[in-house]
Amino acid sequence: MTVDAILFFIVAAGAVASAVLMITGQNPVKSVLFLIVNFFCLAVLYLILHAQFIAIIQILVYAGAIMVLFLFVIMLLNLGTEEKHVDALNMKRSVAVILSCIVLFLILIAIGLPAAGTGGLPASALVNGTVETIGRDLFRQYLLPFEITSLLLLGAMVGVIVLAKKHFE
Amino acid sequence: MELLIPVIKISVVLGVLLGVVAYTVLVERRVAAAIQNRVGPNRVGWNGLLQPLADVIKLVMKEDIVPKQANRFIHDLAPMISMAIALITFAVIPFGDSITLFGQAIKLQIASVNIGILYILAMTSLGVYGITLSGWSSNSKYSLLGGLRSSAQMLSYELAMGLSVIGVVMIAGSLELDKIVQTQHGWMWNILLQPVGFVTFVVASFAETNRHPFDLPEAEPELVGGYHTEYSGLKFGLFFLAEYTNMVTSSAVITTLFLGGWQIPYIGLAGLPAFWVSILQVLAFCVKVYLLVLFFIIIRWTIPRFRYDQLMNLGWKVMLPLSVLNLLVTGLVILYL
Amino acid sequence: MIPLEYYLSLSAVLFATGVIGVLTRRNAIIVFMSIELMLNAVNLSLVAFSQYLGSTTGQVLVFFVMAVAAAESAIGLAIIIALFRNKQTLNIDELNLLKW
Repeated sequence: MTVDAILFFIVAAGAVASAVLMITGQNPVKSVLFLIVNFFCLAVLYLILHAQFIAIIQILVYAGAIMVLFLFVIMLLNLGTEEKHVDALNMKRSVAVILSCIVLFLILIAIGLPAAGTGGLPASALVNGTVETIGRDLFRQYLLPFEITSLLLLGAMVGVIVLAKKHFE
Repeated sequence: MELLIPVIKISVVLGVLLGVVAYTVLVERRVAAAIQNRVGPNRVGWNGLLQPLADVIKLVMKEDIVPKQANRFIHDLAPMISMAIALITFAVIPFGDSITLFGQAIKLQIASVNIGILYILAMTSLGVYGITLSGWSSNSKYSLLGGLRSSAQMLSYELAMGLSVIGVVMIAGSLELDKIVQTQHGWMWNILLQPVGFVTFVVASFAETNRHPFDLPEAEPELVGGYHTEYSGLKFGLFFLAEYTNMVTSSAVITTLFLGGWQIPYIGLAGLPAFWVSILQVLAFCVKVYLLVLFFIIIRWTIPRFRYDQLMNLGWKVMLPLSVLNLLVTGLVILYL
Repeated sequence: MIPLEYYLSLSAVLFATGVIGVLTRRNAIIVFMSIELMLNAVNLSLVAFSQYLGSTTGQVLVFFVMAVAAAESAIGLAIIIALFRNKQTLNIDELNLLKW
C-alpha cells in the first residue's frame, strides 16, 4: 500500500465516523463541529485526488463561511439545550433507515469493488486540479452558467433580507 | 534529508514566531505606557526584558477554572483552535528568496503551494471558530455576546479582505506568494500600484484580528472580557498569545502582498555575495513586519473603539464598495494600458 | 493506487448517511445539515470522476454546487429563523400548518 492509499483509508474512516456522529448527535453545536470535521476529511480526499483548488474552496466556502453561518444561527436561537428529548426510533423511522440501507447496498453492488492496486489516477489529474486549468475552463466553456450564478446569489441575498427582516413596510 | 529540511524550517519559524510574539506583548505594554506617560513594566530583568517569561510562568501556574454549566470539551478545544490557526497561516509565507547552505539551495518558505492566497484566506476565515466556540461553550451571556459579535464581524470583513487581495493577484498573475513577491522587484511594490487595496486590506486585517478599533468581541467596558471572560490560566494565555500571533501573521501577510515581502530595492547593484544578500533580505522582511506590528500597537492606543452599528456600516457600505471599485479600476487599467 | 470505485463507495455511504439523517431527525437545523452532507457526498464523486476521466467538467460543476449550497444555506437559515420566531420550536413534526 502506498502512502496515499493508507491516508485514503484513514480519512475515509474519519469522514464516515464524523457523518454518523453528526446525524446521531443530540447537541446541534456538536453536530456542526462533526460536520466541519467531515468537510475537512473531504478536503483531504480532494488533495489526494490532486484537486487542490476544490480542496481549498471546500474549506473556504463550507468550513469558513457556511458552517459559521450555521453556528451563528444556532447560537442566536440558543438551541444548545433545547433538544433534550431523544428522537424515538418509531415504526416510520426504522422503515426509513432500513430502506436507505437497502438502497445503499444496491448502489454498492452496482459500483462493485475491484481488487486494490488496480486503476490509479491518470497523469492528467496533476494538471486538471490546478486553479489555472479550472479557471480557463470556467471562463471559456462555462462562462454563461458562471454569470448566471451571480443572479442566483443576488436572488438569494434579496430573499434572505426579506425573510429575516422582522417588520417589512 | 528531504524530510529534514522542512522540519528544520518549521522549527526555526515556529521558534522565532513564538519568541517574537512573547516579546510583542512586552513591546505593546511599553509603548502603551509611553503613550500614556507611564513607565510600564521594567522590574523583571534589565528594563523589563524578562517580563514575558514571568508572565508565562504566572499563566501556567494559575488554576484552570471551568464554569459549572460550561461544555467542558468545547471549552478546552476553543483556545487550541485559535492558537493553531494563528500559527499555521505562516506555512505559506515566503520570508526570503532561496539561500545556499552547504551546497544546497534552500527555499526560504515552508511550503510553496500554487493556491497560497486562497490558503491564507481560508485559514483567516477559520479563525472565527475559536472565538465563537469559546463564547458559546462558556455558557455566560458576556461570552456569548462576544462570540456572536465576532462571527458577524469576521464574516463581514472577510469579503472586503478577499476582494482587495484580488487586485494584487491580477497584477502578479499568480496565486503563489513567492511569485507575488518576485513581481514586486525594485520599487514596484503593490502599495504604490494598489493604494486603495492596501488601505482596505489593512483595515480588514485589523477587523479580522479583533484589534482596536475593531475589538468589539472583547470590548472591556461593555462585555467584561468578551469571549474569554470565563477563561483563566493557560487557556486564557493561549487566547492572549493567539491575538498577538494573529497580529504578527497578518503583518507578514500585508508585507508579502503589498510591501514587497523580502525585496530590497536595487540590492543587486551593491555587488554583495549571494549569501549575504539572502540574509539581508530576510532581515528586511523581519523589519517590515515588525514596523507593521508597531503600527498595529500604536493604532490601538490612539483610536477609540467603534460602535457596533458604525462597524457594520463601515464594513458593508464603505469597505465593500471601495474594494469592488478598486477591483474594477485595476481590471480596466490592466486591460487597456 | 486507489481505484475510482473506492471514492464512489465512500460517496455512496456518506450520501446514505445524509438520507438517514434527513428521514429520522426532527430538528430542522440537523435535517438541513444532513442535506449539506448529501451535497458534499455528490461533490466527492464528481471530483473523483473528473480526475479519473481527465476532464475538468466535474470540478467546474462542484464549483457551481458550492455556489448553490451557499445561497441555499443562507435562505434556509433565514427560513429557520423566521420559523423559530413564529413557533418557538424547530421540531419539524410540530411545523404542520399545511397538513390538514
